[in-house]
Amino acid sequence: MTALALTFRRAPASLIAGAAVLLVVLVCAVAPGLIAPYDPLAFDYGALLQPPSAAHPFGTDQFGRDILSRTIAAATIDLQIAIFATVGPLVIGTIIGLLVGYYGGIADAIFGRLVDLVVTFPFLVLVIAIVAVLGPGLSNMYIAIGVVGWVFYARLMRGEVQVLRGQDYVSAAKVLGYGEARILLRHILPNAARPILVYWMTDMALAILLGSSLGYLGLGAQPPAAEWGVLIADGKNFFSQAWWITVFPGFAIVFCGIGFSLFGDGLADLMDVRR
Amino acid sequence: MSKAGLIAARLLQILPTFLLIGVVVFVLARLLPGDPVSAALGDRATDEAVNRLREQMGLDRSILEQFLLFLRSAVQGDFGQSIAFRTPVTTVIAERLPVTLALTGLATLIALALAVPLAFVAAVNANRWPDFLIRGVFQVGLSSPVFYVGLILLTVFAAWFRWFPVGGYGEGFADILWHLLLPSTTLALSFSAVIMRNLRAAILEVLNAEFVDFARAKGLSRRVVMIRHVLRNALISTVTLVGLHAGSLLGGAVITESVFAVPGVGRLMVDSIFARDYPMIQALTLILAVVVSLAFLITDLIQMALDPRVAR
Repeated sequence: MTALALTFRRAPASLIAGAAVLLVVLVCAVAPGLIAPYDPLAFDYGALLQPPSAAHPFGTDQFGRDILSRTIAAATIDLQIAIFATVGPLVIGTIIGLLVGYYGGIADAIFGRLVDLVVTFPFLVLVIAIVAVLGPGLSNMYIAIGVVGWVFYARLMRGEVQVLRGQDYVSAAKVLGYGEARILLRHILPNAARPILVYWMTDMALAILLGSSLGYLGLGAQPPAAEWGVLIADGKNFFSQAWWITVFPGFAIVFCGIGFSLFGDGLADLMDVRR
Repeated sequence: MSKAGLIAARLLQILPTFLLIGVVVFVLARLLPGDPVSAALGDRATDEAVNRLREQMGLDRSILEQFLLFLRSAVQGDFGQSIAFRTPVTTVIAERLPVTLALTGLATLIALALAVPLAFVAAVNANRWPDFLIRGVFQVGLSSPVFYVGLILLTVFAAWFRWFPVGGYGEGFADILWHLLLPSTTLALSFSAVIMRNLRAAILEVLNAEFVDFARAKGLSRRVVMIRHVLRNALISTVTLVGLHAGSLLGGAVITESVFAVPGVGRLMVDSIFARDYPMIQALTLILAVVVSLAFLITDLIQMALDPRVAR
């Protein structure tokens, strides 16, 4: 209990602010029905293209659907994008970075060339090209991002491990006769994990930007699924008469992105990670 | 190693990079759904015609031979016929690549014009209100998707105020500039946030360096120290950063061009996916990767010129 209170007192303001923002997004994502005032898919022909009012704080679209409810409902898919598009790369990249950084040799040389190659392709262009192979849609988008994304985690992890493997406590563990798996998992991984966790926060913010961009282009989440990028694309033809259809879902993206950034900055401060 | 030797070595490095880019694109093209022969000839082609084209395209040979054929035609700039345009892919891309390069070039200039002075102000006032304000505004910029910023600028400045055209591309320098100003500002916004953050940190670091203390101790004015010593040294890292972001800038151009209907290669890429124009997608992926690796090359060369330590 004291330890928890101590951590809380030491926590940077940005960590608490970021956590608060993400909590709001999380609640919207998990239980949109509890918060949303209307059914996000219900048409209301009596209230078409209504500007923001007390009844509809974010206004309504061309079918009379409540924009606030749709923006809340979309949190489910966008938070799913933040997690699904990053967890695979996080796990695979961490494992490969750990092995390549620890053992070095030919695998490391090949990995180095691979990194040089991947950074040459514009990330979005490569993801779009892979989506072209697989076809548009959310799960193909996750695969496309995953095929490329793990490289960045592995590169980060490899750099950390290369520093750590020369440390005295690792040599001590070797002298004690510990197996390599134990050294990797119990001694190196916990100490190399902090920069990875901080990068993961940034990456989730980037994933939402990327996912909503692909949704906007029609290559990610497919309508009528409520996703912030798709909502913005839905409203773009009405922008000059009904700005609220596009503006409010955009606020949600910015809000969520700032939440991840603040949380990541706070985490970096707390864990003393230099970026 | 001498400077000339380093430059020569760096120039030679680009060749294996090009080769690997070729491998990736070739593999990607093999994975693309659909048969290129039936795509080119349509469903009603005779078996004889299919076989003839298959032979012509080298599809009856081994995979290694096919790869060498692909490399040979890529070097000659032959990427086949576009399915959507019915002209050689290279012709279409040659028309549109300058548009994208103009867009990204202008965006880089705008991003630097925004970021450099503001990073300077933020660093000099580190952890006081101007710093917090500048970082806060740029944080919002960094968290805003490109298409969203684009739509807002488009509506406010093109549809409501009518100061700018709602899209497309002009003719002649001034007209092109007028058409590209909104799209490149859109593209510049998040880029300038990245530059600002990096340059602010670099200036803070240089401010603590001993040579700055020395310059002050020599009695140089604050202004001269700041501009000639601090800013100049901090900007070296900005050059690297701009080069390293060539890829993300081109990715951003894909979205910006779609929002503003700019006829560049980014919009062409998205259109080609919906048109299932696979030769076009293949060639675009390859050419954009080559553009990025050339940007890396130029960055390294500029850095060698700016920073004498690199050559040692």
